[in-house]
Amino acid sequence: MLAAIGVDDLDDLFPGLPDGDRHRHLDLPPPAGELEIERELADLARRNVSAGGRACFLGAGAYRHYIPATVDAVLRRSELATSYTPYQPELSQGMLQATFEYQSMICALTGMEVTTASHYDGATALAEAVRLALDVGDGRRTVIAPATVHPQYREVLRTYLQGTDAVLIGDDVSPAGGGDLAELLDRGDLLDGDVAACVIQSPNFLGQLEPVGALARRIHEAGGMVIVIADPIALGLFRPPGDDGADVVVADGQPLGIPLSFGGPHLGILATRMRYVRRTPGRLVGETVDHLGRRGYVLTLATREQHIRRQRATSNICTNAALMALAAAVYLATVGRSGLRTIAELCYHKAHHAAAEIGRLPGFAVNPHAPDRTFFKEFVVRLPVPVANANRFLLDELDVLGGHDLGHLLQGGGHDMLVAVTEMTGREEIDRLVAGLRALAQGTTAPEDSP
Amino acid sequence: MTEPTLYDLSVAGRTAVDLPALDVPPADLPPDLLRADNGLPELSQLDVMRHYLALSHHNFGVESGFYPLGSCTMKYNPVVLEVVARLDGFANTHPLQDPETIQGNLELMYRLQAWLGEIGGFDAVSLQPAAGAHGELTGLLMMRAYHRARGDTDRRQILIPDSAHGTNPASTSMAGFTVLQVPSDQRGNIDLEAVRAACDPSIAGIMLTNPNTLGLFEEHIEEVTGLVHACGGLVYGDGANMNALTGVLRPADVGVDVMHYNLHKTFATPHGGGGPGSGPIAATGALADFLPGPVVTVDSTSDSDAPRRYRLADPPRSIGRVCTFHGNFGMLVRAYAYIRLHGAEGLRQNARHAVLNANYLRVKLRRTYPVPYDRMTMHEFVCQGLIHGSPVRALDIAKRLIDHGFHPPTNYFPLIVPEALMIEPTETESRETLDAFVDAMEQIAVEAVEDPELLLSAPHTTPVGRLDEVRAARHLVLRQLPAEPGA
Repeated sequence: MLAAIGVDDLDDLFPGLPDGDRHRHLDLPPPAGELEIERELADLARRNVSAGGRACFLGAGAYRHYIPATVDAVLRRSELATSYTPYQPELSQGMLQATFEYQSMICALTGMEVTTASHYDGATALAEAVRLALDVGDGRRTVIAPATVHPQYREVLRTYLQGTDAVLIGDDVSPAGGGDLAELLDRGDLLDGDVAACVIQSPNFLGQLEPVGALARRIHEAGGMVIVIADPIALGLFRPPGDDGADVVVADGQPLGIPLSFGGPHLGILATRMRYVRRTPGRLVGETVDHLGRRGYVLTLATREQHIRRQRATSNICTNAALMALAAAVYLATVGRSGLRTIAELCYHKAHHAAAEIGRLPGFAVNPHAPDRTFFKEFVVRLPVPVANANRFLLDELDVLGGHDLGHLLQGGGHDMLVAVTEMTGREEIDRLVAGLRALAQGTTAPEDSP
Repeated sequence: MTEPTLYDLSVAGRTAVDLPALDVPPADLPPDLLRADNGLPELSQLDVMRHYLALSHHNFGVESGFYPLGSCTMKYNPVVLEVVARLDGFANTHPLQDPETIQGNLELMYRLQAWLGEIGGFDAVSLQPAAGAHGELTGLLMMRAYHRARGDTDRRQILIPDSAHGTNPASTSMAGFTVLQVPSDQRGNIDLEAVRAACDPSIAGIMLTNPNTLGLFEEHIEEVTGLVHACGGLVYGDGANMNALTGVLRPADVGVDVMHYNLHKTFATPHGGGGPGSGPIAATGALADFLPGPVVTVDSTSDSDAPRRYRLADPPRSIGRVCTFHGNFGMLVRAYAYIRLHGAEGLRQNARHAVLNANYLRVKLRRTYPVPYDRMTMHEFVCQGLIHGSPVRALDIAKRLIDHGFHPPTNYFPLIVPEALMIEPTETESRETLDAFVDAMEQIAVEAVEDPELLLSAPHTTPVGRLDEVRAARHLVLRQLPAEPGA
């Protein structure tokens, strides 16, 4: 091959490179075979406490849900997994049709009309939705995202808005101070003519359903767009945001058949109304026909995208989370109409059982900030001890991964735990958590006992 | 033969999963918040598996055949990467677990940060960005924050060569900058004199892909980065084409200040039909303080026998988070395994063989197809789909390649070459495969003259022929509606 090119040595293939660095040796570990690498990575993996097969009450944006065997069986098909973005539709009908079906099912679940092919994760989907609202708002600059929105989504949103003149409002409002969204909107003149968008997470970060319809009406009266962050499992059972006036629905699709995987890759879901389709970020798959009239699928409205429109594109997104959208589609096809509803019901009933049991423990309070609101699969527990101590005890003594430490979000002084319960949580696991919390509370009242 | 959709296949009452019975007392559901129907299809498990098997047969991946898609680095993804990413301790750890319970994940990320820093010559790395374009946006926001932290608020423009990927100008706009496009010169380099003329205090920086999208090494790279630095600007390196340079040249050594890697290109994580990818961002010197957080750090300890404790921390002047949690961790595991499989010398050999394969195809194919910038190329090259005496275009050649069993090259990009066919073979292809591709391209050139209709109506071997993209855009059908329940 070198002779065909007309050179003597591989080094001759790099004539234009600066000399200085050419033979520098990188400081990396020596190569290893597959056997050694599997062993090294298994050793690293074992140094983690896995939530797989263990009682786990962590949620807060990433959830342990059942993953049917169909999902990974399909994801392992290398024709799909090792393909590139389907720019050659004749060779990519598999991915294109699967994506079209994903778009169709997400539209049905959210009650919306257009779903993009995917975004990186829930937080970046939210940031893209807000950018869409700023574009549609044409000069409106205010974005309301209250503290009931996932704090890390708000952080990502703040990062994404650095290159714009948008003003993000809601940081200073704690849900503990009565600052839920309805009261936030009551405060002064927030809903003035400068509002581009208001973000409603429902169930919110603390697990409670928001009155989306009533909030949406007020935001629309002020001319702002309504962006709803949804839980895709809850959509199997509860009213879709599309029926309550949402202009954009975003979600993290991880609960739909995607492993926790330490937070990624997950799936950014973005669904909106047909009237915004030409300003929507991200890829879209459309149905069409070939020269013989056979049904087929293509990437469409590419004139919004960066490879055509360049600096005037609706977004820079190129690589997305296509395989994770495929996972979600296989998941939704597998559980189907009745299955998703059943899974949502299991989450709801088990979470309410756990909350009731914990609420009966002396010294504990469930949802102390808003005890009368409906919740789905997550709720807040105010503990008599710091959450960090409780979680250490639960893991060391009972092999239970406790809930998320809310820190000072609710002004509970580090005593507030966000507990997630799903269809994966067995009754015995709930009993163990309750027993652990009871023991912990008794321990704190015994003078000689130090946890 | 087309495959029915899930909704076409749906039959009321079917399901593919058995769910456990409720083992706690039921709670009251709020009736006014419930929906009547969620609109999902209803299929048996065999229906589901047959459907997706049929769809997989209608798709082409790297294991299906040669995939010389320029700028995409469609190399073989070693299957062991899929095994290690699915290990229970990785796949089932929650992103918000106490750091003490995820030391294995943090150690893996810490090492990968260090290795990526070493490969590019950078001081620090954040693994947060989820894709190349995401890395670009991140790097540009870091550049913006860097200038502003110095009170340097009037730098609004980013220089971008006319050969750049579209993500570069799109990311520039999202970061609040404007684009100043720079032409290419006769040899396919960025025009050095144009850069010199543009460099002034309004320049925040430049975005450079090196090798560029013509597959050519930027011959004046050090002069260009020197000019930008001299006017107070910063140099962003688009790492999309890093497969040509890994182990050969460190971008930071030629003046790149901040760069993303595409783990889904250079480090062999599968492309997934368009994602997920991973776009770690690396920076030198003062810019490193602005990396998105958290990153993994290690606690210093005086006791050398004590186990190292890893933790998550924000860089001191971080622009903030760019994704919900810690980046696409599953991709990080795969890239870690890939780097371990090859080591320093293996990565260097991969780059050299990628360049060898591209030059081999260049000299073989230039006998048939014009190569506009015909000099020693790096990991890819651009030829033109023009055949004397035939009406066919690059698109027709691309489509005809499908009938010959190959995935087409990237076509009509870069924009500065008419009828471009951009070919990137990667290092994982054998000489036999390359020769077979050359034979197919030569045969297609003959067909183009003798029977152009064969190309104009290609492909002939796929489930559908050329699809009506104009109709798709004019009569938008972006979803299929479910049948009414009970219908």
